[in-house]
Amino acid sequence: MASSSAAVRLPAKPPAETPIHFVGRICLSAVSTVGDLSVFSTRMARGMMVRLPRRMVLLQSFYQIGVLSVPVVVVTGAFIGMVLAAQTFDQLRIMRLETQLGAVINVSLVQELGPVLAATMLAGRVGSSIAAELGTMRVTEQIDALRSLGADPIQYLVVPRFLACCLLIPLLTALGDSTGILSGWVMATQLFHINNFHYWYHSQMFVSAYDVFCGLFKSVFFGAAIAVISCHRGFRCGAGAQGVGQAATQAFVLSFAAILALDFFLGIFLSSFYYVLWPSQGGTP
Amino acid sequence: MTEPADEQGIEAASIAPPVIEMAGVSQWFGSQMVLRDISLSIKEGETLVIIGESGCGKSVTLKLMMALIEPSRGRLSWRGRSLKNRRESELAKERLRFGFLFQGAALFDSMSVYDNVAFGLRQNTDLSEQRIRAIVQDRIKEVGLKPGVCERKPADLSGGMKKRVALARALAMEPEVMFYDEPTTGLDPVMSDVINELILRTHDRGHVTSIVVTHDMRTVDRVADRVVMLCPVAQVPENESQILFEGTAAELMASTDPRVDQFVYGKAGERIEELSN
Repeated sequence: MASSSAAVRLPAKPPAETPIHFVGRICLSAVSTVGDLSVFSTRMARGMMVRLPRRMVLLQSFYQIGVLSVPVVVVTGAFIGMVLAAQTFDQLRIMRLETQLGAVINVSLVQELGPVLAATMLAGRVGSSIAAELGTMRVTEQIDALRSLGADPIQYLVVPRFLACCLLIPLLTALGDSTGILSGWVMATQLFHINNFHYWYHSQMFVSAYDVFCGLFKSVFFGAAIAVISCHRGFRCGAGAQGVGQAATQAFVLSFAAILALDFFLGIFLSSFYYVLWPSQGGTP
Repeated sequence: MTEPADEQGIEAASIAPPVIEMAGVSQWFGSQMVLRDISLSIKEGETLVIIGESGCGKSVTLKLMMALIEPSRGRLSWRGRSLKNRRESELAKERLRFGFLFQGAALFDSMSVYDNVAFGLRQNTDLSEQRIRAIVQDRIKEVGLKPGVCERKPADLSGGMKKRVALARALAMEPEVMFYDEPTTGLDPVMSDVINELILRTHDRGHVTSIVVTHDMRTVDRVADRVVMLCPVAQVPENESQILFEGTAAELMASTDPRVDQFVYGKAGERIEELSN
C-alpha cells in the first residue's frame, strides 16, 4: 500500500517574533477589537430599532439581570453605608464635625460610591454571567442554530440584555443608595449617637436633587457598557471551557475599566453641565 | 402514463440551477487555510455525503453552504443567485428553506424540548399556539420520541434523543434542504442506524435535498447518492484538488487511490509517524 507521505507538505516554520512584531500585533489586535465592538454596537442599535424583543424574552432578561441582582446590591449598599460611617466618624470627631456625618455619607453614596460600586458588583454578577452564557452558546453552536432558525442572534440575545441592563441598573443603584443611606443612618444615630435632626439637616444641605440625578444618569451608561462589553466578549469567545472562562474574566475586567473611565468623563461632563444650567452656583454642584 | 411526466421532471431538474453551488471557494481562519478552491454543486433532491478526516473542512463547507460564515474567497449561490453583497436579513429569510442538524445537536439549554422545536415557528410565523402544538407533536412523533419528552430540558436527554429533538426542530420548518453535521457521531450502532433511517425518511418525505457530513461509512453506504471526499489542505500539493474523490458510494468502495482506501477501510498505515513529524 502506497503511503500518503509523498503528498504531505510540512508548513514552513513561522519566523521568530521580534519586539516590533509584538507591539504591532498588540496594536492591530486593539484596533481590530475596538472596530469590532463598534460594529457590534451598531448592529445592536439597529436590531433595537427594527423590532423590540418579545415580551417573554424581555421579562426573562429583566428577571435574570434585575430581580436576581437585588440581594447582592442590597448587601453591598448596606455595607458601603456602614463602612463609610465607621471610617468617617473618627476623622470628623477630631474636627468636632461629627454632626456632618450624614452629609459625608450621603453625598459619597449618591454621587460616586453607590453607582460605581453597584455597577462593579453587577459587572461581576451579571457581566460575567452574560459572557459565560453567550460564550457557551457560541461554543456549542447554539448561536449558529439561532441563525439557522431565522433569528438574528444579536436581536434575540443582546438587545434584551442591553435593555435590561440600561433600565434596571439605575433602579438597582437607587436601591443600593437607599440601603447605604439607611445603614449609614442606623450606624450614625444608634452606634455613634449622632442627633437625628442634625444628621438629616446636614444631609439635606449638601445632597441636591442634581447629585441624585447625576448618580442615576451615570448608572445608565455603566449598565450599557456592562451589557455591550459582556455580550461582545461572549460572542467572540474562544473554543472550549478555557475560552468561556477567559470571556467571563475579560467581561468583568473590561467592564470595570469602562465603569471607571466613564465615571471620570461623565463626572467632568456633568459638572460642566451644572455650570451651564446654573452659572451663578460656580459650577460645583 | 407517468413516465413522460417523470422524464420531464428529471429534465427540468437537470436544467434548473443547482440548489447550492460553490465555485472556487477558499476559507482561512486567521493565517490557517481550511479550504482551498473548492467547487461543488448540489442538485435538487440528491443526497450528497461529504467525508474526510478530522480537520479537512467538512463542517466549514456545510456552514459556508448555509451562509453561516462568509467565504474568504470564491462564490456561493443558492438556486443560481449569488450570495455576495446580500443583506443578512434577506439571507435569514432564505435560510428558512434550510434545516441544519448540528454535530452536538445545539439545542437551546434554557428551553424545554417543546420550546426548542416550536422556536422557528414562533419566530417566523403567525401560527396560533394550538397549531404550533400540533406541528411540534407531529415532529416529535416523526423522529420516534414520546410526547412526554416535550417538557424535559435538553440536559436531561441522551445523545440520541438530543439529535432526534434537533432533527424535529429542523423539520418543523418544513425545509427543502437538510444539512447534517456528523449526525451519528457519539451514538451507539443502533441509534446511528435510527438516525440514518430518519435521514432517508426525511429525504423521501418531501424529496428533501440532503447534505451529510460524516466519518461513518455505514451512513455513506445507506444514504449517499453521491460522495465527496475532502483532504486536509496541508496534505494536498498546491497543484492538486482538495477533493480527493467524487462519485457514488460503490465507486468509493472500489477506489484505487491509496488515500481514499486508507480512509474508507480505516487503516492507520504510516499516519502516526506523519502526524508526529
